[in-house]
Amino acid sequence: MSTRNPAPDGIRFDLKIIASWIDPGSRVISLGCGEGDLLLYLKTEKNVIGCGIDHDEEKVARCIERGLSVLQGDINEEIADYPEEAFDYVVLSQTLQQIYAPSSLLDAMLRIGKKGIVSFPNFSHWKVRLQLLLSGYAPVTPQLPYQWYNTPNIRVITIRDFRKYSKERGVTILKEAAINTHTQDRYGKIIRFLPNLRATYGIFLISKRNR
Amino acid sequence: MSEYIQHDRKSVSVGVVRKQYFTFAEGPKAMVLESGATLGPVTLAFETFGRLSEKKDNVILLLHALSGDSHAAGYYHAEDPKPGWWDIMVGPGKGIDTNRYFVICSNILGSCMGSTGPSSVDPKTGRPYGLTFPVVTIGDMVRAQKALLDHLGIEKILCAVGGSIGGMQVLEWCVRYPERVVSAIPLATTTRHSALAIAFNEVARQAIMADPNWNGGDYYSGTKPLHGLAVARMIGHITYLSDASMRLKFGRRLQNKADFSFNFDADFQVESYLRYQGTKFVERFDANSFLYITKAADYFDLEKQHGGGSAVGAFSKTKAKFLVVSFTSDWLYPTYQSRAMVQAMKKTGLDVSFCEIDAQWGHDAFLLPNERLSALVKGFLERVHQESRA
Repeated sequence: MSTRNPAPDGIRFDLKIIASWIDPGSRVISLGCGEGDLLLYLKTEKNVIGCGIDHDEEKVARCIERGLSVLQGDINEEIADYPEEAFDYVVLSQTLQQIYAPSSLLDAMLRIGKKGIVSFPNFSHWKVRLQLLLSGYAPVTPQLPYQWYNTPNIRVITIRDFRKYSKERGVTILKEAAINTHTQDRYGKIIRFLPNLRATYGIFLISKRNR
Repeated sequence: MSEYIQHDRKSVSVGVVRKQYFTFAEGPKAMVLESGATLGPVTLAFETFGRLSEKKDNVILLLHALSGDSHAAGYYHAEDPKPGWWDIMVGPGKGIDTNRYFVICSNILGSCMGSTGPSSVDPKTGRPYGLTFPVVTIGDMVRAQKALLDHLGIEKILCAVGGSIGGMQVLEWCVRYPERVVSAIPLATTTRHSALAIAFNEVARQAIMADPNWNGGDYYSGTKPLHGLAVARMIGHITYLSDASMRLKFGRRLQNKADFSFNFDADFQVESYLRYQGTKFVERFDANSFLYITKAADYFDLEKQHGGGSAVGAFSKTKAKFLVVSFTSDWLYPTYQSRAMVQAMKKTGLDVSFCEIDAQWGHDAFLLPNERLSALVKGFLERVHQESRA
């Protein structure tokens, strides 16, 4: 078991922040859960009842081998089957920017969960802005490392955009964190001053208004 | 399911195993079947692998498919040339690790590999049942298995595992005896046959019944309907493979010849293969059992019987944790059927994992060596074992 389950404290910095927002013993679903690092951490450290969805067979298999409850499928479709508020938290980590219909997914998240946690690369980071301004090419950064023609990141989102969206769509932001970290990095820092300019990622804890 | 017994004497094995028998439903206690008919006495052949823990919390119930038997792993004696049908999965350190779990596999009711079926002798007449054997269902098979477990003093099944018709029994166990099943792994299976699956079964049955030697099922004292059964097996075999696997395995290659024979011998390798599988099968299997078991599979309808027509209704009866597995090239029990199952499980709030394994070997993929499948089963069992002890 120990060889196949590396110490969960080695999870990414952004996932650690997400985990810190989740109450022990709660029910959590991770959409686009990858190899299940967050779920495993939550299970072992926070006694969470977790499950996940990912479209990739290899990753799903890895999760199941690690003792996680995960199913293979398209998150946009799979999310529809769960009863209302089946979960305390619905996590969408670094995936929102790849979703074709983000608002319907966010609505579905807040239907099946009491709270949602969303994280995404911040497109208004100063390096992104500067690249576009100075070079005139679509920005390529460590967080968004693709060219315009092969990127899975079809949605351009900024921290400010997400706040605006939440306000307009009746979504309450319960917590937010702007962080500066690399994609796979275990270390990073929270950005409090000019986050929309200086943070590489935004993380939001949301709920339906009037809960 | 086909026979894919990997013959490797040097590989790790559970070792020598023994076929055992349990007889119940004797005299006035005859089993009342779902059809309303009674049957008794009933004998089940079974084998066990590994050791039962003191707390009896490590029981894996293996459910075999159409042509399987209780001999899931190991050898009957030191010179036995081949191991049981799932030796690649069941054994020390394997997907189902016999160092940790106590595995039970029994031959299904209606079969011919030691359990009571149409080829058994009817005590009332002293002759084999033949077609006087009552039609049995998947539910009847499971009820007989439960009688065996009661006899063995086993209350809880840590995990029920099976593919194809074995998977149907897994599902039946979960909804019929929810308090007995902690977790379940239905592989390459469905909650009910599609018209396509029923159609192939019907053609196979017709092949048997069209053989003049079948004689209305009464052939045990004469020549057996070997040709009919062989054709039935050939039809089955086609449904267990896939276009891709047949193309890779045979293509249009000829069997031991450079050109066509211009007669009706087996020219193509695929013809020769099917004929071989057919003739091998008739040596060990009973034609009437084939009829009864395929009929039971066709009748199986979890939704109708346990959910008032809804899969959600059926699965709301169980609390088992599930690992559902399908295979990309399985067109007999396609992935959409597994997905429908998973969907219903999600709606009822069940703990379910699902993986569609990319495999080109068609329905039979679950019986072939597959590291991915072994790892999935192993990881899932470890988890449910751990959680059941917590």
